[in-house]
Amino acid sequence: MNAIIFSAILGVVMMFTGIFTNKKPVITLTAIIALVVLLSMNLLNSHGIFSIQIDTKGLLHFNKMGMFFNTLLIGATLIFVLLSGTEIEKLSDKTADYYALIFFVLCGTAILTSFNGMLMLFLGIEILSIPLYILTGSDKHNLKSNEASLKYFLMGAFTTGIMLMGIALLYGATGGFGLTNVGTGALPPSSGVQGATFLQVAGLLLLFAAMCFKVSAAPFHFWTPDVYDGAPSVFTSFMATIVKAAGFFAFIKLFSANASLLGPTWTILLSFVIVATLLAGNITAVFQRSIKRMLAYSSIAQAGFMLFALYSNNDLGTEGIMLYTVAYCLATIGFFAILMKVKDYTFDGFNGLASTQPVLAFVATICLLSLAGIPLTAGFFAKYYMLASVIKAGGPIWIVVVAVLFAAVSVYYYFKVIQSMYFKEGQPETSEITSGFKMGLLVLAAGIILVGVLPSIVLNWFYF
Amino acid sequence: MITLLLIITPLIAGLMAFVLKQGSSAKTFALLASIATLVLALVAVFTPGELGYDIAWLNNLGSRITLKADGMAKMLSLLTAVSFPLIFTAVHQNTYKNEQAFYGLMLLSQAGLMGVFLASDALLFYFFWELALIPVYFLCSLWGGEKRIAVTFKFFVYTFVGSLLMLIGLLFMYFQTADQSFSLESFYAVKLTAKQEMLMFWLFFIAFAIKMPIFPFHTWQPDAYEQSPTATTMVMSGIMVKMGVFAFIRWILPMFPNAAAQSANLVIILSIIGMIYASLIAIRQDDIKRMIAYSSIAHIGLMSAAMFTNNRTAIDGVMIQMFSHGVNVIGLWIIADLIEKQLGTRQMSQLGGLAQKAPVMSILLVVMALANVALPLTNAFIGEFLMFNGLFQYNMIMAAAAGISIILAAVYTLNMVQKVIYGDTNSFTDKATDIPFNVKLSLVIIALLILVFGVFPQPLLNLTGDTVSALFVKK
Repeated sequence: MNAIIFSAILGVVMMFTGIFTNKKPVITLTAIIALVVLLSMNLLNSHGIFSIQIDTKGLLHFNKMGMFFNTLLIGATLIFVLLSGTEIEKLSDKTADYYALIFFVLCGTAILTSFNGMLMLFLGIEILSIPLYILTGSDKHNLKSNEASLKYFLMGAFTTGIMLMGIALLYGATGGFGLTNVGTGALPPSSGVQGATFLQVAGLLLLFAAMCFKVSAAPFHFWTPDVYDGAPSVFTSFMATIVKAAGFFAFIKLFSANASLLGPTWTILLSFVIVATLLAGNITAVFQRSIKRMLAYSSIAQAGFMLFALYSNNDLGTEGIMLYTVAYCLATIGFFAILMKVKDYTFDGFNGLASTQPVLAFVATICLLSLAGIPLTAGFFAKYYMLASVIKAGGPIWIVVVAVLFAAVSVYYYFKVIQSMYFKEGQPETSEITSGFKMGLLVLAAGIILVGVLPSIVLNWFYF
Repeated sequence: MITLLLIITPLIAGLMAFVLKQGSSAKTFALLASIATLVLALVAVFTPGELGYDIAWLNNLGSRITLKADGMAKMLSLLTAVSFPLIFTAVHQNTYKNEQAFYGLMLLSQAGLMGVFLASDALLFYFFWELALIPVYFLCSLWGGEKRIAVTFKFFVYTFVGSLLMLIGLLFMYFQTADQSFSLESFYAVKLTAKQEMLMFWLFFIAFAIKMPIFPFHTWQPDAYEQSPTATTMVMSGIMVKMGVFAFIRWILPMFPNAAAQSANLVIILSIIGMIYASLIAIRQDDIKRMIAYSSIAHIGLMSAAMFTNNRTAIDGVMIQMFSHGVNVIGLWIIADLIEKQLGTRQMSQLGGLAQKAPVMSILLVVMALANVALPLTNAFIGEFLMFNGLFQYNMIMAAAAGISIILAAVYTLNMVQKVIYGDTNSFTDKATDIPFNVKLSLVIIALLILVFGVFPQPLLNLTGDTVSALFVKK
């Protein structure tokens, strides 16, 4: 509960900060302090030391896993602001408003990690999405940013409609909004008909489509490249990591409880979505010229891997999605922070970065190796857990083989950046880079390697 | 403890090399570090019995840092430890831009190789398998030839696909173990159905076959050897390919004996095709580096064929040949590098008459060449003889087919010798001088190793005897 309440309050606080001061660094500092407060409040809550109790009539349910996930997301936001706060300041004079919106997004993610019924799921998704529509269009004078925002808003609104329709159908079938009573009223197996009634199946499928849209899984991924490309890079970084991870959490929570209603169809459906997502993300990423766009497609590809947690639906999958979130957020936030310092977003724009900015190139390499899932980086164990969970669940070997073949494809486009930085000559233009920023990056890289050698650091914390 | 030091020493030295001050002598530092590793390896070799080290790592995954040095591991860590000082000595006078990084990466790859040979835990093995690959990727791409980026990338993707398939196999085996552990013993104890065993066999097989490489997975190899800086090529062909051979004997053969026996014919036929095919191509090569690369495929083919004969003599031969081939091929590369650095060309057609200009080098080249042909009195003869012996007992026709490659090896190797050192000097070779002291030192040591083990191979056989016996007890 702490996370929801404090993120909302701190969001309002951030909004008012803009009235009292015009100094952008002060606003960023306030945001950092506010994030630390939010993080410690959530930690106090998850350790059971201090928590605000409100009777939610069973609409919200706070468990350890949800609160741990909150910690991860708030922590990732903190790292994001520490590394890229100056980029937010550069966007316009409305710095305080941007931070306020980020806090509102965090409020949405906190609801998504604790929802216990369809209504709260819906509220969480909406509270999360609406600030994002604004953030996407925050580069007002850039046509691409406007286009992205409008596109995101229209498609998002449409998906919201589909989602509501699904919830309505489930309500019609069961007479309730609860997460666990989706299956009530299902036909008993003895009736000869498979599990669920028509309304339940239709409702679940509509919800499935809507959630696929939110986590940009194929074939509902078409908005992702345009929106990620059009949005200001600093918010792309935020959207691709924290927001997406929260979406995944909700997706898994919703369907791990109810997927059995769909019977064997569920596995077929999900296998199709996973393979399609891996295919669409990886193959299209190969052909991109702009690194930012490549990252958009690669985030689709990563979503394909994360879906394995849903596929296996066991404890390894749960641990895996935690680790995946950590690995993916660290690497993506780090790489985006570097990307924003480089003027030219094409692959050629990175040519020779290793000779002009060795620290940036080194950290970027660690991030890319982690995204590609090379051992000794956090990304390896993230992928490892995903594959292991599927094999443990007795899933077919072919889908694992397909996944690793696509992981090998992903090496192609991630390494293209490394090749540009290290093996090609050039004079990339970069904006001013402070030594503090470099230190921050190095700490991040050390973190990626540390998790890559001892993943239990993250996981033990989960089981504290 | 000493097994851990064998990995840690090059690892720490490699990391230290990166932060050495500009202008300080990274190459001397690397040489000293590699000699320290060599001393450790010698201590390990002369310590009787199996050495081990074990410490907790990933408890909730059932993976521990378990190192074990039996005969084969000792022999291969000795090969690794011997090779690096030889390489560093031979290239001591070469200049590399950004020297600290070059030697740092070389030492890191040594740490990875040591880890592969010593790891007795599947996940740890996988880690080192990759750790050996990444530095080599950067070495080739940063200091390689003209087409280096595309070529080394092909090499990287090939091996990466292989190792990912192996990862699936590892995970599958892991969930079959009784105690949910990655330890080698638990993996050996797993009982699989025939169908599962076959599937697992091929998942592992592809990974190791790419590394060796066995035909038809070899296409990355000649380009990668040609384009890499020669010091790295030496590591790749001298030691890295042994990772594949080693992994077959350590992992595949004991884990999947039935599948291996059923697939033996197919694998041996593939290997023999590869041997003859590579030898024929080697004959047509004009570039010395490419010729050595193809000749290396042919030699590796014989090893992979011998491994699958399920015959003790043949496996003994493979053991000896792993060491011999590693040393010999490094010798050949050193000479190829010397010629290229001195004369600016690797084309045999442009060379000639070096016997007059560089007599010492010519003598040493002939020694290396004869070892490459596996002439009696050289170390390669022992290994090849044992392997052919085993192959002959397995199937006479296959042995005969494989035997053709011996003749072909003589053709291309002696052809190379003839073109390079005999004949008249020309505009390229006029400026040749004899070899510098450091290269001479390396080559003489290699020539001594060739002759000593050619006459007296028993120590090596004794060293690896326990591994081979254990392999046949298990079956």
